[in-house]
Amino acid sequence: MSDTVLSVSNLSISFKNNSDSKTVLINSNFKIKRGTTLSLVGESGSGKSITSLALVSLLPLNASIVGSINFNGEELIGLSEIELQKIRGNKISFIFQEPMTSLNPLHTIEKQIGESLSFHQNLSGIEKTQKVIELLEKVKIPNAHTRLKDYPHQLSGGQKQRVMIAIALANKPDLLIADEPTTSLDVTIEKEIIDLLMEIKSTEKMSILFITHNLRIVKQISDYVCVMQNGKIIEQGSTQEIFESPKSNYTKKLLNSSPKGFRKNNSERISRILNVENLKVWFPIKRGFLRRTKGFIKAVDQISFDLMEEETLGIVGESGSGKTSLALAILKLINSEGSITFQNQNLQNLKSRNLLTFRKNAQIIFQDPYGSLSPKMNIEAIVGEGLDVHEKISKSKRKEMILQILNEVGLVEDMITRYPHEFSGGQRQRIAIARALILKPKLLILDEPTSALDVSVQSQVINLLKIIQNKYSLSYIFISHDIALIKSMCDKIIIMKDGIIVESGETKNLFSKPKKNYTKELIVSSNLK
Amino acid sequence: MFDSYLSKRRFQNFKSNKRAYWSLIIFCSLFFISLFSEIIANERPLLVKFQNNYYFPFINFYSEETFGGDFKTEAIYKDKEVQCLIISDGNSECWDYPKKVINEIESYPENSNKSWIIWAPIPYSYNTINDLERAAPSPPDQKHWLGTDDTSRDVLARILYGFRLSVFFAIVVTLISSIIGIAAGAIQGFFGGWIDLIFQRLIEVWGATPSLYIIIIVAAILQMNFWLLVLLLSLFSWTALVGVVRAEFLRARNFEYVRAARALGVSNFVIMYRHILPNAMVATITMLPFIITGSIGSLAALDFIGYGLPSSYPSLGELTLQAKNNLQAPWLGFSAFITFALMLSLLVFIFEGIRDAFDPRKIFK
Repeated sequence: MSDTVLSVSNLSISFKNNSDSKTVLINSNFKIKRGTTLSLVGESGSGKSITSLALVSLLPLNASIVGSINFNGEELIGLSEIELQKIRGNKISFIFQEPMTSLNPLHTIEKQIGESLSFHQNLSGIEKTQKVIELLEKVKIPNAHTRLKDYPHQLSGGQKQRVMIAIALANKPDLLIADEPTTSLDVTIEKEIIDLLMEIKSTEKMSILFITHNLRIVKQISDYVCVMQNGKIIEQGSTQEIFESPKSNYTKKLLNSSPKGFRKNNSERISRILNVENLKVWFPIKRGFLRRTKGFIKAVDQISFDLMEEETLGIVGESGSGKTSLALAILKLINSEGSITFQNQNLQNLKSRNLLTFRKNAQIIFQDPYGSLSPKMNIEAIVGEGLDVHEKISKSKRKEMILQILNEVGLVEDMITRYPHEFSGGQRQRIAIARALILKPKLLILDEPTSALDVSVQSQVINLLKIIQNKYSLSYIFISHDIALIKSMCDKIIIMKDGIIVESGETKNLFSKPKKNYTKELIVSSNLK
Repeated sequence: MFDSYLSKRRFQNFKSNKRAYWSLIIFCSLFFISLFSEIIANERPLLVKFQNNYYFPFINFYSEETFGGDFKTEAIYKDKEVQCLIISDGNSECWDYPKKVINEIESYPENSNKSWIIWAPIPYSYNTINDLERAAPSPPDQKHWLGTDDTSRDVLARILYGFRLSVFFAIVVTLISSIIGIAAGAIQGFFGGWIDLIFQRLIEVWGATPSLYIIIIVAAILQMNFWLLVLLLSLFSWTALVGVVRAEFLRARNFEYVRAARALGVSNFVIMYRHILPNAMVATITMLPFIITGSIGSLAALDFIGYGLPSSYPSLGELTLQAKNNLQAPWLGFSAFITFALMLSLLVFIFEGIRDAFDPRKIFK
């Protein structure tokens, strides 16, 4: 057997849609050696996933593939469906991004792992069960033999991804294609999965094609890297070469776009803008015929903090830790208990009618720029909406203010009549910022404002946020799970888990002397130390 | 909303569906023509020139005296005597020998005093009772292109008026029930909780009410007319839209752009109207065809069983009933069947096109 598992040469893919055809991959060449990991890096739409799907002909029918894909000396392009099925899930197997939807919710995990075994290896009965247990142990699921009859919903996100890996490993593949396997997982779990993949790679002597946009993981896991942009491989080489001496500008830009350092502390901040005391957001669990409250889900429990003017407070936590509930509660968008004092006014006693001043002064930017803009309204209507509520001004003045704010966030004037779907993710997030900023608020809550954006766009949006903070003396509450980002943005940090504060304090202190194990774990798993 | 790129693309999509596009053109032309039924099918002349004056009998009332007759009642233009009076400028011989006078004028046009009558292309209205030389219903002939029904009324005229009535009825019912349905669905979906719970139960009870019996009972108490029937059918068809609109609002009220609007301090009503409703319209439009064809069907069915509009109305359902009662006169059945088939097929094609045009995933050539 040769040393090269997979060699792709001159691969081009285009999609035909009726009359026009769109090329999504142009003349790509790469090789994967036995027992090594190749990472495909690039932003969304750069052709990473298309490449991986093309390897085993899983593309939609209107795709045309030109070039050569050589796997273990066998040409894969042009193979019949039956021959391909012998390779898929057997010699080449897949792990996808979303473990929640990759598993069938109606079958037990034993059945789902066993399916591949009986299909490719003709195993059955006790032999099959034995093998399934063996696989589950290999992916480190505790008490594997008791979990066989579990359904996917009984597993956590990380465990589901482990089961996916077990299915992928079932037939000892030569090549494992992992398509953003950790993107939807929390950082601590992400680290466990990456460690598991690395360990399996060395014990099983298989090759991995790893697809991701996360450079931190690439550095950790891969031997070779291909950087992709707009359907082209623009640079490839060993991980060390790429990270230490990148040649193309794009790669340099990607490498530089990850946030670094701390926020510069300007001066002592004395005037307090927001005070939260013992804030609670409890969702009742109602059971039984009379729907009596049997207990509570404590999304936010006993949270207290102060926010000074011009200060940035970071809130870090994994999914489900109550970050977003906290943000919504502060803005009085959901009901809560405890006191919220904004500019010396207690918000909890106010009727919704009297909240208008507060609404003008406190704004929020949401995570998903695709969901936070109404698709049926044009940019002028979206950005000007706040003015309609709060300011009584003439039409020309209104338009003038809208144009000015668009300028400020880096959008041009003629965009004003366009609709959200005509914009990229980064532009949409700018529109959302403009909508919040036009009211000249004092407090801006940023709920994961960049996690849906590509890395290079992410850094642009972050820079914009820093500029407007200085210009308008804004206070930020910055919610994120990206610790590096929080570290570079925030003065103070609150670390949340299961609705309570695990640890809080000045950013520098927290990173240099973390007190709690959870904090240490978070810092370690995001590779900041 | 209509100047957006999306609407343009939708219209392009609709146009590229040839069947739907042509159905729309044909249906609109038919409906447009039927709006002028009074000009096309009327027992009164459209224009009369009498003693150098012009008269418009199809809109205005003229007594027989106007044309030199004896009665103060409206001139019966179908009568040979009246026709004779008009074209002879009031010759009194018309009382005794109308045919002779008419023949004279027609054979020597140069002698006549140039009075004339212009008739509608179909010189019968939907309720004109014609003198036939044979027993009604009479088969199609030169005078009655689709024959006559069992009270000797012209079938073509009745279909023309009946088509207009059906479509108009369906549009009014759909409009009323959409307004009520969308408002109810919007309020339930947006506020949720107890409001939603109570309204849903009320709608369940309302939906379980046997609407046919209510219509029969009301028909027994009150004199049925067009608007009463519109009201009764609207009362029971608005619930169809509540489900989809409610679902859309329930889904959309937690969208981030709705939250963002809340954070801006926008009032509930504006959020519902400006942010959520436009997005709920797609679901509404997919439901509309069912309501429209449903109301046409209900009207026909009620007329067929005799609890719909009184028989003086030009009803297609009543024509179907006559067809059933007069199997020896197949032209009644065929006319009714072809009218319904054409009308409903055109509507179904049009709405199929509209629905596809709103579907973002559908690819058009």
